[in-house]
Amino acid sequence: MDWYVFTFLTQDGLTTGAIYALIALALVLVFAVTRVILVGQGDFVTLSALTLATLQAGKTPATVWLLLGGASLVCVKMLAAAAREGRLAQAPRILLMQMTLPCVLALVCWLVEPATLPGALKVLLSIVIIAPLGPVLYRLVYQPVAQASVLQLLIISVAIHIAVIGISLWIFGAEGFRTLPFTSGNLDLGEVSISLQSVLVIGIALALIVALYLFFGHTLYGKALRATAFNQRGAQLVGVPTDLAGSHAFLLAAIIGAVSGILIGPITTLYYDSGFLITLKGFVAAIIGGMASYPLAAAGAFLVGLLESFASFWVSAYKEVIVFTLVLPVLLWLSLTTHHVEEEQH
Amino acid sequence: MSGDKLLEVQGLYACYGKVDALLDISLRMRRGEIVSVIGPNGAGKTTLLSALIGLVSSEGDVRYAGQALTRYHNVAERVSRGISLVPESRELFAPMTVEDNLLLGAFSRHRQGHRDQHSTLAEVYALFPRLKERRTQAAGTLSGGERQMLAMGRALMARPTLLMLDEPSLGLAPKIIGEIFQIIRDLRSTGVSVLLVEQNARAALKSSDYGYVLENGEVALEGPAAELADNPSVIDTYLGRKKKNTAPVEELTAIG
Repeated sequence: MDWYVFTFLTQDGLTTGAIYALIALALVLVFAVTRVILVGQGDFVTLSALTLATLQAGKTPATVWLLLGGASLVCVKMLAAAAREGRLAQAPRILLMQMTLPCVLALVCWLVEPATLPGALKVLLSIVIIAPLGPVLYRLVYQPVAQASVLQLLIISVAIHIAVIGISLWIFGAEGFRTLPFTSGNLDLGEVSISLQSVLVIGIALALIVALYLFFGHTLYGKALRATAFNQRGAQLVGVPTDLAGSHAFLLAAIIGAVSGILIGPITTLYYDSGFLITLKGFVAAIIGGMASYPLAAAGAFLVGLLESFASFWVSAYKEVIVFTLVLPVLLWLSLTTHHVEEEQH
Repeated sequence: MSGDKLLEVQGLYACYGKVDALLDISLRMRRGEIVSVIGPNGAGKTTLLSALIGLVSSEGDVRYAGQALTRYHNVAERVSRGISLVPESRELFAPMTVEDNLLLGAFSRHRQGHRDQHSTLAEVYALFPRLKERRTQAAGTLSGGERQMLAMGRALMARPTLLMLDEPSLGLAPKIIGEIFQIIRDLRSTGVSVLLVEQNARAALKSSDYGYVLENGEVALEGPAAELADNPSVIDTYLGRKKKNTAPVEELTAIG
């Protein structure tokens, strides 16, 4: 291996590692707050990348109708609950809160010719369409079974993931998409050539990580989310509604997923079902952090990215095997060092 | 404001699955009062507090500050209406600092747009100087007494009208228990009403205005705290027999 190949592989590894880090953080966050292992996290990534690809092809993405349908179902559910509890006076507020954004987005997609939108707006539109799908998913699927065991929640997550893949195949078809690169320039530093695209991806990913750190460490809402993860009963008693914490965790996860999709779109060709492998790699990183530590999960993600990159150079056929084998020593280490706590019975 | 009714409970019923935990409880509380509920384990004392805060669903007529409590559907809504519970298990955020735990106590007020958490924090620190010394420490590293203080401080950060304390003296050394009850009496001057559930009946009745004795999910006895403390059956069961009249020999022969 020469110097050129080494720097190329390192760059490649760090770039995908940055994206895995985002996925891993989202997985840890959702698990900590709701005990859900969100298998569908990678699906937010593919949905947002494919939405952007559709917009760039000058067509209206059908994900906006998916959002409109999902939000309507949430509305029906909330209105039914309100009616049952005799507080129908809140109905206009529920409608306003739940339907404004989906309706505005649907109108924009319906009235505006996508080809006329500037590139940055297409990116923004993709993120804004995908992000609200997180809370929609939580309120429709996970909130009614919030007390279920981790295993039941995992089974539900797998089912949701398979359903989303089906919808994705229906919307986007079986062909692969790649979005346009943000930039094609290179940064030449002596013998090393760094692609600006990689710099941009790593920079945005790191900025998002720092923003999350500030949110969780320095705002009362962020602290409340963390507190819910540590002690749900305690959080309830200081007035954090459990369902609010859950839907905010899902919103953050969906935003992180959507941004990751925008970042990864120009690097890899994505198919309707690519989300699963992305989730799995983020999951390997999250496991390295014991599903609890954000910094360890992020470090693990860069390790996964680098390992994948170098493995694909040396033994390309075994690259996934090598990455997933990484889980074994970590699990062994975790099972030997942490004492097992039985999950509370409900 | 003192004298008007804060809490009126009529025929409160709650159950866990098929087990009745509360049967037909009636209870009244005026603003600014300290009311204690005593009784044996499993009498339903904790269930009563859980039902009032909304952790357990219940039936019956509960009026809080003149309005039906059923209007407020979940714990968060009741907290935002000025009801706070310090549970027996404290439920602190163990890995977070003492100060973060306290600030989170103001979450409900913050959500309603109040931005006075720092002045409230100063008041809570004045009440519990120990918490100020420990403010950068993780809550999980505190001693039992400090944890109870933190749990109470966190509840007070919500500026509650009705503070409900579940077994505040549980597992604490006698000296700390004295401090905790002194603070509960001090709260009276701040206008907070306290509903106190205690196994330590002597300390509880000494600090309260009114008392209820709960047995098997029902109110067995009630009255002004001083009268209850003199009631022979209360003394017998909950305060322990005074030693001066009973010679040990007699007891032995009686048992033998």
